[in-house]
Amino acid sequence: MLSPEALARIDREIAKYPAGQKQSAVMAALRIAQEEKGWLSEETIAFVADYLEMPPVAVYEVATFYNMYDLAPVGKYKLTVCTNLPCALSGGYHAAEHLKERLGIDFNETTPDGLFTLKEGECMGACGDAPVLLVNNHRMCCRMTRERLDALLETLKRQATENTQ
Amino acid sequence: MLTLEIDGKPVEVEDGATVMDAANKLGIYIPHFCYHKKLSIAANCRMCLVEVERAPKPLPACATPATNGMKVRTHSRKAITAQKGVMEFLLINHPLDCPICDQGGECQLQDLAVGYGQSAHRFAEAKRVVADKDLGPLIDTFMTRCINCTRCVRFLAEIGGFQELGQAFRGEHAEILPFLGQTVHSEISGNVIDLCPVGALTSKPFLYRARTWELTRRRSISPHDAWGSNLIVQSKHDTVKRVLPLEFEAINECWLSDRDRFAYEGLNASDRLTRPMVKTDGRWVEVAWQTALEVAANRLASVAEENGDDALAFLAHPMSTVEELYLLKALGAAFGAAVDTRIRQRDARADLARGKVAWLNGSITEIVESDGHWFLGADVRRELPLMAVRLRAAAKAGARIVRWDDSDDDWRIPGVDPHKLTAPAMLVALVHFAKHLGVTLPDWAVGLVQQPSPLSAAEFDALSAALRGAQKRRIWLGRPLRAHPNAAEFEWLAEAIAGALGAKLGWLVDGANAVGAAVVGAQATQTAHQLASAGKAGYLLVNLEPEDFAAPDAVADSFARARTVVALTPYASESLKAAADVLLPIAPFTETSGTLVNIEGRLQSFTAVVRPREMTRPGWKVLAALTAMRTGRSVAYTASDAVRDAALPQGWRTQLAQHGLTAIAPAPTLHASAIPAFDRVTLYQGDMIVRRSASLQATDDAKAERGATIPSEEAAA
Ligand code: SF4
Ligand code: FES
Ligand code: FES
Repeated sequence: MLSPEALARIDREIAKYPAGQKQSAVMAALRIAQEEKGWLSEETIAFVADYLEMPPVAVYEVATFYNMYDLAPVGKYKLTVCTNLPCALSGGYHAAEHLKERLGIDFNETTPDGLFTLKEGECMGACGDAPVLLVNNHRMCCRMTRERLDALLETLKRQATENTQ
Repeated sequence: MLTLEIDGKPVEVEDGATVMDAANKLGIYIPHFCYHKKLSIAANCRMCLVEVERAPKPLPACATPATNGMKVRTHSRKAITAQKGVMEFLLINHPLDCPICDQGGECQLQDLAVGYGQSAHRFAEAKRVVADKDLGPLIDTFMTRCINCTRCVRFLAEIGGFQELGQAFRGEHAEILPFLGQTVHSEISGNVIDLCPVGALTSKPFLYRARTWELTRRRSISPHDAWGSNLIVQSKHDTVKRVLPLEFEAINECWLSDRDRFAYEGLNASDRLTRPMVKTDGRWVEVAWQTALEVAANRLASVAEENGDDALAFLAHPMSTVEELYLLKALGAAFGAAVDTRIRQRDARADLARGKVAWLNGSITEIVESDGHWFLGADVRRELPLMAVRLRAAAKAGARIVRWDDSDDDWRIPGVDPHKLTAPAMLVALVHFAKHLGVTLPDWAVGLVQQPSPLSAAEFDALSAALRGAQKRRIWLGRPLRAHPNAAEFEWLAEAIAGALGAKLGWLVDGANAVGAAVVGAQATQTAHQLASAGKAGYLLVNLEPEDFAAPDAVADSFARARTVVALTPYASESLKAAADVLLPIAPFTETSGTLVNIEGRLQSFTAVVRPREMTRPGWKVLAALTAMRTGRSVAYTASDAVRDAALPQGWRTQLAQHGLTAIAPAPTLHASAIPAFDRVTLYQGDMIVRRSASLQATDDAKAERGATIPSEEAAA
C-alpha cells in the first residue's frame, strides 16, 4: 500500500511517542500517506488505521476533521485561498474570484487538465500578508494581487510541463 | 476528601470528583446530555453549565473538578441563562418532529426543552439534514435528530471494546457514522439506543410499535444466559413489546446484551403452541388438556413398564426455572427416569467427580477486582457478553488476561494475551505446564506428556509469572471446555495448576439456571446430551428442541426412534413435531412465575409479565399434574413460591463448589490423536426464544452461525 520509504517515515513519527501510543502519530501518518498517494482514499485510511492499530473510524474522524487532508483526488497543484475575515477585508474574495475566472473552475473543482484544484481555506495565521493562499499545503504565497496570481499560475504551469518533459 | 457547596448545601466528595458528581451526591439535578456516569467525560453538549463563584464564565459541571471551598450555583440567573442559551443552540438544528419520533415521551431533549427551551426560534435559516446510516438489523437511525453528544461513540469504544462509530467532519458538518461500508457488530450494541438522549438511535424491532406511556412495565430476569441480567419487560395488550435493562449494579449495571434485549421477538413467533396436541397415526390433533395429560402419562407409563429400567429420560433446557426442574425431578423419580439439563455437555464425569456445583465461584463484582485472569477454552463474548464488559473494566484497571482456546474471535478486550490451541494441543500443554509446576501426573496423562509441548518452558514461566504477579488470580473454565468429552481431565489439570499457582477456579456455566439445576439435583450420571443421543425408548422434553443439543442430528435421530416423546414447550416447530408425539403448551418466562439461580449463585424470582397465550399453562403446574397422575397423590402446591422453598431448603449454597475435582473415574490413558475439537459457542442459537427472534437472526453473527457446520457426534466421538 505505502512505499517502504513512507513506512520508514511513519515509523520515525511513531518513535517520537511512548511505546503503546502509536495512535499519537496518526496526523503525521496521514500526512505522509497523502504526500505519497496524492489524497486519502478509504483504503489508505484503513491501511493507516491498521498500521497504527486503531479503529478505522477513529482515523477517519481525524482525516475528515482537518482541511488539509484531501478525501478526494486533487489536481497537481491545490490552491487554497484564505477567505477568513482579515483576508476577506484585504481582497481574499477578489483573489479567489480571479482564480476561478482564470482557471474556469469553482471552489472544490479541478481543471480538466488535472493541474489545478481550488479550495477555500481558513485563517492561515498570516493575516498581516493578506490575502494569502497555500500551494499544496506547504508553500505560502502572500499579498496575492491579480498580477502575482497570474505570475504564480504561469510558474506552476511551466513547472508542470518541465516536469513531464 | 473535598468539601464544597452546591446551591448553599455543603457536600463532601472524593478527590478527583467533578461538580456533577457532587451534585448527584446531593440529589441536585443538573441538566445534561453528553454526561453519563459509566462513560468518559466529553463535555461537548454544554447543557450542564453552572455558575461557580469567582469563575468569570459559567463552567460545565460534568468536566469541572470539584475543589475545596468551591461555591456552585446550578439554578442562579447566570446558570439558567447559560443553560437556556445552550438549549437554543441545540434546537437550531434539531427537527421539530416529536410527534413522529419514536423517542417521544422518553426523550431527554424533549424533557429539557420543556424546561429550558423557548417557544419560538430566532434562527430563521435552514436546518441541516444528515443522512441516515445503516447500523444493522437492531438499530434504526434518524441522524438529523442527533445532537452529537458522542455517547454512542464512547460506549462502543469504552464498554463495547471497539470503536465502531465515530464523529466525522466538524462543526456544522459533524456526523456520527461507522467507517465507510461498515456497520456495528458489537454484541451489546443495543445499549446505544438507551444512551442516545434523542431519537437518533432507536430500536428497529420496536420502531412505531407503541408509545412509552401505553406500556405496562414489569421486572423480570433474562433466561438467555447465566448472568441473570435484570429486565424491564414492557407490554401492551398482553403482548411483550420491548425489553429494557433494569439497572442492577451488581449484575448488569445499566446494560443488556443484544441477546437479552431483542430475544423477546421470539415470544411472539408464529409457531407458538397454544393448545395441547397429540399425534395419533401420524396426524396431529388438538385435544383437551386432561386428555393430553392422560395420553402423555399413559404413553410414558407403558414405556416404563414394557421397556424396563433405564428406558426413560426427562430432559430440560437449563433456562427452565428452579420450580420446573424440581418438579421434573419428582416426575422423573415417579417414572424411574433419568433427569438432566446439560444439553451441550459431552462428559458427565467432571460434575460427578467434583460432587459440588459448578458456578462462578465468587461474585460478579469480584471479576473486576481480580487482576490475573486465565481463560481455558472459553468464548466470553458469546457465552456471557456482560462478563466481557467486566473484563474490559478489569483490563483498564491493569489486570492481566490470558486466553487459551482455538478461536480467532476478537474479544475486544484490550491487552488480552491470546494463545491459539486446539483441544488436544491444550490438553498436552496443560499436562506439560502442570509438570513444569511440579504436579505429580496421574496415569491417564502419561501418553500426553510424551507429546512435545506446544508451549516452551519460557512461555510457561511467563504465564506463571503473570498470574503469580497478580493479587487475585482466577482460572476460568469456559463453555467449550466444559462441553468437551474430556472436560474431566481438563478440570483436573486446571485444579492442579490452580493449586500450584494459588489461583481460584471459576466455571462459566451454560444456561440461565444451570446452577439452579445442579442445586436441585436435576442431574443424572449421564448428561442430557448423552441421554438424548442414547436412543432411549421414551423422552420427556422441557423447553427443548433437537437444535438445542450438542449434536442435533444424532439427537433428532434418537428421538425419531423412541417409542414416545412428550414435549412441554411454548413452540411447535417442525423439528419438534417430527420428534414428539405429545405437545403440551407451557409458558415462556414472561407468562409464568419462577426462579433462576444465576452464575454467581444469586436466587432471583420473577412473576408473569403478560397472561399466558390461549391454553398455555405454567410448566411447573403441568409437571405437578403429571406427577399426580403417576403417583395417584395430588401435589400440594398452590404457588410457585412454595415449590421454590421446597426445592431450595436453607443452606443450599453450601453445595456450591470451592474447588475443582481432584480424582476422575473412569480415566483411561489418553492419546492426543483421540481428542476431538472444541464445539463452537453460538451467540444466537442457544434457546428456543432466541432462535425465533427475527432481528437477532438477521444479524451477521447469526447468519454466520447458521452457515457454520456444527461438528457431528460421529466426528466428535
Ligand atoms: S446518535 Fe445519539 S448518542 Fe450518538 S452522538 Fe447523536 S445524539 Fe448522541
Ligand atoms: S485570515 Fe487569512 S491568514 Fe488569517
Ligand atoms: S453534560 Fe456537561 S457538557 Fe455535556
